[in-house]
Amino acid sequence: MTHPTITIALAGNPNSGKTTIFNAITGTRQKVGNWPGVTVEKKEGLVHRHGYDLKIVDLPGTYSLTPFSIEEIVARNFILDESPDVVIDIIDTSNLERSLYLATQLRELDCKVVFALNMMDMADARGLKIDAHKLSELLDLPVVLTVGNRQKGIDDLLAAAVELALSGTPPQQKRKVRYNQEVEKAIDALQRYLTTHIGAALPYHPRWIAIKLIEDDAIIKERLTAIAGDGFAALLEATQKQRAFLQDRFNDDPEIVTTDERYGFITGIVKEVLTTSPLERVDISRNIDLVLTNRFVGMPIFFFFIWAMFQLTFTVGAFPQDWIEHLFGLLAAGVGYLLPPGWIEDLLLDGIISGVGTVGVFLPNILLLFFCIALFEDTGYMARAAFLMDKIMHLVGLHGKSFIPMLMGFGCNVPAIMAARTLESKTDRILTILITPFMSCSAKLPVYIVLAGGFFGARAGTVIFGIYLAGIVLSILTGRLFRTLLFRGADAPFVMELPPYRVPMLKSLLIHMWDRSKMFLKRMGGVILVGSIIIWVLANFPQAPELRQAQVQESARLEAQFQSEWQAAEQSRRPEIEARHAQALNALSQRTKSEQAARSFLGRLGQALEPVFRPIGVDWRGGIALLSGFVAKEIVVSTLGVLYAVTDDPQANALESALRAAGMTPLTALSMMVFVLLYLPCLATVAAIRRETGSTGWMFFSIAYTTSVAWLMAFLVYQGGRLLGLG
Amino acid sequence: MLLNQLKEGSWAVIDRVGGSGALRRRILEMGLLKGTRIYVEKYAPLKDPMELIVKGAHISLRVEEAAQISVLDVQ
Repeated sequence: MTHPTITIALAGNPNSGKTTIFNAITGTRQKVGNWPGVTVEKKEGLVHRHGYDLKIVDLPGTYSLTPFSIEEIVARNFILDESPDVVIDIIDTSNLERSLYLATQLRELDCKVVFALNMMDMADARGLKIDAHKLSELLDLPVVLTVGNRQKGIDDLLAAAVELALSGTPPQQKRKVRYNQEVEKAIDALQRYLTTHIGAALPYHPRWIAIKLIEDDAIIKERLTAIAGDGFAALLEATQKQRAFLQDRFNDDPEIVTTDERYGFITGIVKEVLTTSPLERVDISRNIDLVLTNRFVGMPIFFFFIWAMFQLTFTVGAFPQDWIEHLFGLLAAGVGYLLPPGWIEDLLLDGIISGVGTVGVFLPNILLLFFCIALFEDTGYMARAAFLMDKIMHLVGLHGKSFIPMLMGFGCNVPAIMAARTLESKTDRILTILITPFMSCSAKLPVYIVLAGGFFGARAGTVIFGIYLAGIVLSILTGRLFRTLLFRGADAPFVMELPPYRVPMLKSLLIHMWDRSKMFLKRMGGVILVGSIIIWVLANFPQAPELRQAQVQESARLEAQFQSEWQAAEQSRRPEIEARHAQALNALSQRTKSEQAARSFLGRLGQALEPVFRPIGVDWRGGIALLSGFVAKEIVVSTLGVLYAVTDDPQANALESALRAAGMTPLTALSMMVFVLLYLPCLATVAAIRRETGSTGWMFFSIAYTTSVAWLMAFLVYQGGRLLGLG
Repeated sequence: MLLNQLKEGSWAVIDRVGGSGALRRRILEMGLLKGTRIYVEKYAPLKDPMELIVKGAHISLRVEEAAQISVLDVQ
C-alpha cells in the first residue's frame, strides 16, 4: 500500500539546533547533495510516521530571507517554488527575539508554519519562561516544545506538522505581520496595482510581492520582468513612487523601515510571552569564553587546538594510511598474479590502482579532519576561531574562518579546499580556495627533500623553510590582489553570532564526518579514475615495441653471458657474479623505461615544452617530471628517477648524483623547488576546486594563475641568480 | 559617540546604524536597531573584532563596522 507523501521543510537560524532535530527525525536515512546550481549543502530524509511518508528537507540555516546570500535565496525559493506542505521553524528559545525575525518572514511567505520551540532546557537554565500557548494564540499557529538533542518532542512536532498539512484551511490570515500605517498604505497601493494589472499571472501572494517590491528585492523584480512583460516599466514606476514616498516619510531606505517594523511587531509579541530578562542569567558559555577568547591565553589555546587537529589528522592519520597503502599493494599483487603481463595489466596496476591509490590514501586524513571540524562547529568553537583570527585574515582580505582551510593546506589541499565550505560568503569561499594551493602540501615535501638535500647540504632545512615562507607570502599577496581586482567591494560583513557552547553529540559528529567523506570518495573517485587513466595513456603510449624487443634481446644476451661466466667461475666468485648480473638487468630495465618515457606522448610534450622550461633552468626531463606531478606531487621524484635512469631507490643519493651529472646546479634546483611550490595543483585538488567553486571557469583560472605565478617566480629566481653569478 | 569607541564592559543604546546596502541591513536583522540596549562584552585579543551582547545573544562585529553605529546613554 502506498501512502501520500507530505513534504516538510525545516527552517531556522544557524545554531538553532536545526541539524540536531533533522538528525533526530531522519536518523541515518539521509541523502546529502547540493542544491541545484549552488554549492550549498542540501539534506533530505524520508521517514514513515503517523501513517504517512514524510519527506524532510533541511533548508540552509539563515537569519533572514533577504536575497543577499545564497543560503537565504535557496531557502526562500524552495518555499516559494516547491511549496512544501508544511514548514517547521526551529526556534532557539533562548534567543527568542532574533529567531522570531525569520519566523515573521516565513509567515509573510504565506505557507503553513509550525513552531518548534527548541532547547527549552537551555532557556529554563537561563531563567527564561515562555508562554507557548500564548505564542501559539498570538501568531495563530501550532507551537511544539522540543529538546532536539534528547529526542524530546520530536514525535509531537511531526504529529502537529502532519495535522496542519492535512487541514484544508489555508494558511491563516488573522494574525498578519502588521506594519506602520504609512507602510501599510504603500503595500496596499502596490498590491492593488499588482492585482489589477497582472492579476492571475502573479506567481505568489500579491501582498508578499508588494512588500518585496517595496524592499527593492532584486530577485522578485527579475521574476516580474518576465511575467509583467511590457507592463514592467509601469510597475517599476509605481513601485518607485511608493518607495520615494516612504523614503521621504521615514528619512531612510524602505527596506530598513520594514526591518525595523518587523522587530517592532516581534517586540510586542515577546513582551507578552516572555518573562525574565535574558541578561540576568548565569551564563556558562560566557565563563568559558573568559578563557577561550581571553586577551592573553585565547590565542595560545587556539594554536594548541589547531596543532592538535593537525597532529591528529596527519600523524595519527598516517597509520590507517599505511594500511590503505598495503591494501592497494595487495590488490595490485592480486591483479598482477591473475592477469597475464601486457598493457591491460599495466593499465590496471600503474594507471588505475596506483592512481586511485595515491588519492585513496587521503581518506583517513579526510575522515579525521572532518571529524575535528565537525567538533569545532558543533561545540561552537568555530565561531570563536573566526573571532580570534579575523583581524589577521582580514589583512589578506579574508574572513576569520578562512584560517582553518588555509592551514589545512599544509597537510593536503583536498580536504583544505573542502573545508572552505564552512565559510558563509561565496566570495570568501572562492578566494580561500584560490589561495590555498600556495600552502605547500605534504606531498611536495619529498621533492624538496631530494632537491634541497642533494644541492644545499647542511642548509637544506633553511631552504625548505624559505620555500614554505615564500608560499605564505605569495598567498597573502594573491589574497590582497584578488580582493582589490576581482572581488572589489564584495567584502562580507562580519556580523557573526557567537553561539553558546554546546556538548557535541557523537551521532551528529559521525553523520557530519561521513557525509563529507562520502562526497570525497564518490565524486573524487570518478574524476581521479578518469584522470589517472589519461595520464597513464600519455605516459605509456605510443608503445615502442622495438624498445621492448631490444630489451628482450639484451636480457637474453646478458643471461647467456651470465650463465657461461657462472659455470666457468669458481664457487667463491659466484655470488659476486650473481649480484653483477642482477644489477645489469636492473639497469637495462631502467634504461628501457627511461627511453620509453622519453618517447611517450608525455615525453614528447616535455620535449616540445622545453623552450618553456629552459628559461627557468629545467631541462626536458625535469619538465616531464613536473608534468607528471599533476597526478600527485610526490610522483615528481619517482619520475625524475625513471627519466635519469636511476637504478636504486629514487630517494637515495643515486638520484642526486644523476641530477648533478645531468648538469643540475643548486640554482636550478632552487628554481625547480619554487616552481613545484607554486605550479598547478594536483589532479585531486583541481577536482576539488571544480567541485567546491561549482565552476569550471574558476578551476581553469586557478590552474592558469598558479602556473603563471610559478613560472614567473622560478624565472626570477633562475635568471636573477645567474645575473648574480650563482648559476 | 560611536560604538567602536566604547570600552569593554560598557552599556549603551543604539542611536543610528549608518553604512549602506547589505551590510547595514544585516546588522539591523541581527537585532542592532535604534533603541536597542547593548553591552560591550570584549574586544578580540588583536583588538578587532568586538563582541557585543544584543537581546541576549553574543554578536561579533568588526571595529570598522562598529564605527558606522552611533550610540547614546553610555554607562
